[in-house]
Amino acid sequence: MSSDIDILPSRTASIAEAGRAGGPMKCGKVSVAGSVSQRACVFCGSRVVLYPIADALHVVHGPIGCAAYTWDIRGAQSSGPQLFRNSFSTDLQELDVIYGGEKKLERALLELIAKHQPKAAFVYSTCIVGLIGDDVSAVCKRVAAATSIPVLSVASEGFKGTKKDGYRAACEALYKLIGTGDAAGISKHSINLMGDFNIAGESWVICEYFERMGVEVVATITGDGRVDAIRRCHGARLNLVQCSGSMTHLAKKMEAEHGIPLKRVSFFGIEDMAAALYETAKFFGSEELMERARAVVSEEVAKIFPQLRAWRADLEGKKAAIYVGGAFKAFSLVRALRTIGMTTAVVGTQTGDADDYNQLREMCDPGTIIVDDSNPLELAKFCLEQDIDLFIGGVKERPIAYKLGIGFCDHNHERKECLAGFVGMLNFAREVHATVMSPVWNYVPRRARRMPNAECRTANDRGEEAVA
Amino acid sequence: MLDGTTAEVVERKALRINAAKTCQPIGAMYAALGIHSCMPHSHGSQGCCSYHRSHLTRHFKEPVMATTSSFTEGASVFGGMANLTQSLKNIFSIYNPEVVAVHTTCLSEVIGDDIPTIVRKSKEEGSIPDGKVVIHANTPSFVGSHVYGFANMVSGMVNYLAEKTGTTLNQVNVIPGYVEPADMREIKRLAAAMGVNIVMFPDTSNVLDGPLTGQYKMYPEGGATVAQIKSSGDSIATLALGHFASHVPAATLESKCNVPAAFMELPIGVGPTDRFVDALRSYGGVEVPASVDLERGRLVDLMSDLSQYFHGKRVAVSGDPDQVIALTQLLLELEMKPVYCITGSPGNQFEKRMHELLDGPVPDAKIKQNADLFELHQWMKQAPVDLLITNTYGKYIARVENVPFVRFGFPILDRAAHRFFPTVGYAGAINLINQMLNAILDKKDRECAEEWFELVQ
Repeated sequence: MSSDIDILPSRTASIAEAGRAGGPMKCGKVSVAGSVSQRACVFCGSRVVLYPIADALHVVHGPIGCAAYTWDIRGAQSSGPQLFRNSFSTDLQELDVIYGGEKKLERALLELIAKHQPKAAFVYSTCIVGLIGDDVSAVCKRVAAATSIPVLSVASEGFKGTKKDGYRAACEALYKLIGTGDAAGISKHSINLMGDFNIAGESWVICEYFERMGVEVVATITGDGRVDAIRRCHGARLNLVQCSGSMTHLAKKMEAEHGIPLKRVSFFGIEDMAAALYETAKFFGSEELMERARAVVSEEVAKIFPQLRAWRADLEGKKAAIYVGGAFKAFSLVRALRTIGMTTAVVGTQTGDADDYNQLREMCDPGTIIVDDSNPLELAKFCLEQDIDLFIGGVKERPIAYKLGIGFCDHNHERKECLAGFVGMLNFAREVHATVMSPVWNYVPRRARRMPNAECRTANDRGEEAVA
Repeated sequence: MLDGTTAEVVERKALRINAAKTCQPIGAMYAALGIHSCMPHSHGSQGCCSYHRSHLTRHFKEPVMATTSSFTEGASVFGGMANLTQSLKNIFSIYNPEVVAVHTTCLSEVIGDDIPTIVRKSKEEGSIPDGKVVIHANTPSFVGSHVYGFANMVSGMVNYLAEKTGTTLNQVNVIPGYVEPADMREIKRLAAAMGVNIVMFPDTSNVLDGPLTGQYKMYPEGGATVAQIKSSGDSIATLALGHFASHVPAATLESKCNVPAAFMELPIGVGPTDRFVDALRSYGGVEVPASVDLERGRLVDLMSDLSQYFHGKRVAVSGDPDQVIALTQLLLELEMKPVYCITGSPGNQFEKRMHELLDGPVPDAKIKQNADLFELHQWMKQAPVDLLITNTYGKYIARVENVPFVRFGFPILDRAAHRFFPTVGYAGAINLINQMLNAILDKKDRECAEEWFELVQ
């Protein structure tokens, strides 16, 4: 099936095809002005990374919108405090824009800290703060001195770069906490989990595997995060970095300053999850750990394998499109889809770099479309051209996929099932199977036409264009 | 999560906790989606556009398209002219809409970008193809709320598009307010049932409640066309539904094209709907048909059947000001007691009108504009209610206080079918009454002692 959508000329360098020669991908740039970008801003990057720290206060300094759109949207779970799920904002008004919002911010912080006694406070700057020139750091210093808790300014003015720069600003703020706690008594086999946000309880699943291996998890950064754990996390011997985009900066800083090596890992899919456990055991050079890692893997795989095999029979040969934030997740998803018999025909990310895209080119089947910072029209075009059965993406992609009659799996903030770890692979396969095989598609013209004995007349049969 | 909420109200001067509003640009984006073949354009950082699209998508469960000027540090220093010019060029060349509706953000407002000048220059440079239209609205995020943004964009439609040719057309304008696609559909259905020819803008029905067809249409079938909005300058009158969302655009149209405005309330509840139907009747020069009388009769019948369950029930309401003002009237018609009524939006008309409505029947009611859900919750701690009606964000309070809860207004992020069921008109009241009754009786059935558990209610 073809479509008659054009690609913006300035976008062609951001699209490649696996198995075909081409120059380096254009990526890591701000979106073309005037495009329907799926991307967010610096503030968004900082907010999603820091927000799961559950016993901290999170105050958004700016007009109300930035706080409203980030109020408890991520499903990052906490086993204890729920303070972080409230929305606190200085709700800047016109007069504040003219006269400055520092006093308002200071008063808000003092009120909140007195009331909630948080372990630390994060103050997020928004676009407007960058323009009116509030000295947020100075306010934070004053409030920290008055309250005796760390009050951290997050330099997340929306326009100062991309979401990636927001990750970096979050890492800088976190770094100010690290090393301020007592690291005594930490095991020699100890790690920090970085870049897992405990969406649908994923950090809990991963921590449990490591505990079974005998590895101590000092801090989860930031899923189910706690300020005190982060303060002493420099005592861990290894940093496992799961979401490469968000946490590599912090892990590299810790490597340089605290001598803690880092490993990029993924907890999505059987292969990657097992590799993360083995790599960790290997790092500590302990045959005992390795033995236990093997035991965990074989026990867990045995639990899920029969069911996976059954679903695979239905899914064999079905095609997927992936559009996610970071490239590392895309790698895992390509592999996880292979595990259940599916191929990846379109893959894109919001924040991948040139190396990431080279790796995608190598690992995907020839003909796979690879795209940086895409937009809905492009994605719809590729989905139709590749005749996709499953779309994996986030909130903005979901209804587009459905409109096209394509199954959908949220692998972003709004996933409701734990998709990490071995049990996550089972959940993922269940979700994929349910959506791809859903009977609702029998009533969708484009898909129904492919069914034997299709009864539905399709829109295309009536001569309408596939995409208007 | 709300464990920390206490009944004792401490005066807050600098802090918004759990807001009952959001910022202007999202309202402008929603309004713009009610123009046929329109691309809303956010002149600011790309985060704003992304957030608004996500938020609207979560509410409507539909694709929401909008473009962004993708501001960078350079734009924030030197102004966003280059970004907007480039944007317009790209939007028309690749997405090919009939209309681009530009709204500003806090960033471009503070920088002081002069949108009309930039648009004029783009036109001169040929970036805007002949026959295509660019409109704009100033929507600073640090003023008003999303409702104001909606009103400003509707005023933008009037400013740029409405024309008076001198020949009055046999049609009545309806500015529906910041309501659901289902409400707009219901308003059109009522008008059609009465045989009144209306021009409604914006109109998001068939835009944000589209069918699954196996196709992806960037510009769905629905939306008011440019020709329709143009013709609004020749209409007999404008029915402006809601002070906050619709009165300013209607007044703008009155002064621009001399189309008389009827400043009304949202038609939620019997009285407000009667007044709307009556306005349609008198401006349209028609009789109310038997079918509409029947609808009204069925609603009143339902109200009489159920009055025992609603009588005297204490209700807390939070929502957009036009919605709360109208809903309060339905609640009073049911002899309920709206004891706490807040809106997150600023604007004195809210408190003034609410006092008119409540001072007689509920003299101790607490009414507040520019309030937030934290404060509403504190009031509920002081003296509880039997029913809570808010947008999705009330669910935290409903859970912790174990209060029957009806979702109403914008946004609803955790349920899906609200886009199909109107709350305006006689049908809308039936829908609301049904939801309220279910919420109240479900709690009773779940929790009452066994001897009080009744089969027949």
